Amino acid sequence: MEIFEYAPAPESRSIVSIRPSYDLFIDGEFVEAKSDERIVTVNPADEEPLAEVAAAGEADVERAFAAARRAFERVWSPLPGAERGKYLFRIARIIQERARELAVLESLDNGKPIKETRDVDLPLVAAHFFYHAGWADKLAHAGLGPARPLGVAAQVIPWNFPLMMLAWKVAPALATGNTVVLKPAETTPLTALAFAEICQEADLPPGVVNIVTGAGDTGRAVVAHPDADKVAFTGSTEVGKQIARAVAGTGQRLTLELGGKGANIVYEDAAIDQAVEGIVSGIFFNQGHVCCAGSRLLVQESIAEELLARLRARIERLRLGDPLDKNTDIGAINSAAQLARIRELAAAGEAEGATGWSPPCPLPERGYWFPPTVFTGVTQAHRIAREEIFGPVLSVLTFRTPEEAVAKANNTPYGLSAGVWTEKGSLMLWTASRLRAGVVWSNTFNVFDPASPFGGYKESGYGREGGLLGLEAYLNG
Amino acid sequence: MPDTIPGSLRSYLHGLPGVDEVGVRRRAADLATRSIKTTAKRAALDLAIRMVDLTTLEGADTPGKVRALAAKARRPDPADPTAPPVAALCVYPDMIGVAAQALAGSGVGLASVATGFPAGRTPLEVKLADTRAAVAAGATEIDMVIDRGAFLAGDYGKVFDEITAVKAACGDAHLKVILETGELVTYDNVRRASWLALHAGADFIKTSTGKVTPAATLPVTLVMLEAVRDYRAATGRQAGVKAAGGIRTAKDAIRYLVLVKEIAGDDWLDSAWFRLGASTLLNDLLMQRTKLGTGHYGGPDYYTID
Repeated sequence: MEIFEYAPAPESRSIVSIRPSYDLFIDGEFVEAKSDERIVTVNPADEEPLAEVAAAGEADVERAFAAARRAFERVWSPLPGAERGKYLFRIARIIQERARELAVLESLDNGKPIKETRDVDLPLVAAHFFYHAGWADKLAHAGLGPARPLGVAAQVIPWNFPLMMLAWKVAPALATGNTVVLKPAETTPLTALAFAEICQEADLPPGVVNIVTGAGDTGRAVVAHPDADKVAFTGSTEVGKQIARAVAGTGQRLTLELGGKGANIVYEDAAIDQAVEGIVSGIFFNQGHVCCAGSRLLVQESIAEELLARLRARIERLRLGDPLDKNTDIGAINSAAQLARIRELAAAGEAEGATGWSPPCPLPERGYWFPPTVFTGVTQAHRIAREEIFGPVLSVLTFRTPEEAVAKANNTPYGLSAGVWTEKGSLMLWTASRLRAGVVWSNTFNVFDPASPFGGYKESGYGREGGLLGLEAYLNG
Repeated sequence: MPDTIPGSLRSYLHGLPGVDEVGVRRRAADLATRSIKTTAKRAALDLAIRMVDLTTLEGADTPGKVRALAAKARRPDPADPTAPPVAALCVYPDMIGVAAQALAGSGVGLASVATGFPAGRTPLEVKLADTRAAVAAGATEIDMVIDRGAFLAGDYGKVFDEITAVKAACGDAHLKVILETGELVTYDNVRRASWLALHAGADFIKTSTGKVTPAATLPVTLVMLEAVRDYRAATGRQAGVKAAGGIRTAKDAIRYLVLVKEIAGDDWLDSAWFRLGASTLLNDLLMQRTKLGTGHYGGPDYYTID
């Protein structure tokens, strides 16, 4: 019998042309940075350099804010909502037209599988622009009028969903009449720079969107700029706290979308096969580089053994490897630094007495890779149950009663996401109403929609992105 | 032989874990994006051909039509002897004699529908007589239908007893139990009917008669593949799955193979454990196979119409 094994099915990278070097995007043009510092962005799947980008210094950030302020006052805020909407619709359509190219570029720069960039990231990016384009001329009908835009928004985004986070930040800001200075993550700047080209293609007035690449210093200069009327940050809780301190007392508006340690609660009556799928997508989607990941599995003791057996069998089927292969389920870890962090926490899990398990899973020799891993025998006291790992590592805890499930789920400094798996509606509502998390998914996980507000409790941050609440965050009431 | 189910059938079947409709559809849609190219496609096409139950179940069937189809079952591509034969020919009971003669010595199985196919609305004695006659005439596989009315009314015992009786009447012939999932409607029902049929002794569970819409779908087949996988884990006995009706293109067929591979596992990737009930599908499989080998498509006239 011939064996039916999947042959390599790589998406062609020829659709993407990456320039060897990129400048900053300020006032509608790519301009050389005044700072001569450069950073190299690599493909995490093989460590090959992809391009060199500028690391913007304070003078560059200054220029970007001046351009954004000018555009805000002279062009963008006086523009009728319907006209702003036209630009956003245009951007959304160009994103759709260039979706394949952007998906490949995102996979190259980030390491995530093409299946996810193609089927999740890019459709959501376009959806965010379409959704907010529709609101631009209807703000008064959303109970938000007569509202005024805030001014210039300083936005710093992470590397886990580079283009999607850009869309979450830029689309609502522009729809409500604000202009932006955005800094993409240092390891994933390329799709933001492609977005800059899209702004040019859409004839967006100069200065409405400014993109300054760089690392931590650039980010600090952006969020600490005195001319920012609003600071929007998605990233680590540690940096979020620094920003909150810096912004305190300035009158600047602030939204923070930070870390998480989401609990995925599986009751004994759950649809078990679909719960297994939800656990897998909860923690292994995007290599676990998801702030709202379901990184703590709370399973009812009565089904724990059966569920874990099914979960292991399912994980054994995950295909790890070349992110551009259309059949890859798990791609590369985004950076050496992140890989080191994941390794450190996984080692702490073993050292503290939990039992780690990974499927037999050969890792590519080059690049940054970590196998999908499940820790059992985890207690609330273990570091792997408390700290955000931001990698493909699941901590499994058990519970006996719904009260215990809720108590354990809430016993974390974070509060971004949670999942509830049960076929019983009353139990689902009972549980969901007691979970202190910004998003509670029921019988599904990691599903997003531009109309649905997203944000956290406690150390997961404050403010909401998406939906009406997301618009409000960019308006003076 | 039927297993013993502890307690009442009803509490047993209703104690099976539920199936979340949104989740199962999502999983099926996700697997449908698998990209099967080059060597994998070649292997998949040949495997799919070997899994086909080439079917004609029409009131207008004649001995001539059945003989023509039998010739095609033995040698699907007259221009290419490397194309494998199909798994079985599937006909109505009165055509078994003709089919048996035409297939003699070929190794191709001979399946007959029985038990008052497709509705199954005949008395049990008639169903059993139908089955015995088919086996006596030379059928090596029997495709029976369950009493969907009894199932939906909650009379699981009646459905179970009919399957065990038909299984006994089959003798050495393999029994495929058609659930007619288009009439069972919910995935919970599909899962319960699958386990019911497996415990009652089914060698295969089959989605549909092909006479009801919807016939086979990816999510339904996924639920049935989970059932045979879990049933083997629970009892040690392996049973097969047959997806029948509405599978017309090679692309569709390959999606089913992906499902078999990723849900049930490689052990089921064999015509002994998975079948595709179809008629027009075979020509598309052959066309794609030729395309892979030669780089170009032959016109439809290069493939036999039956």
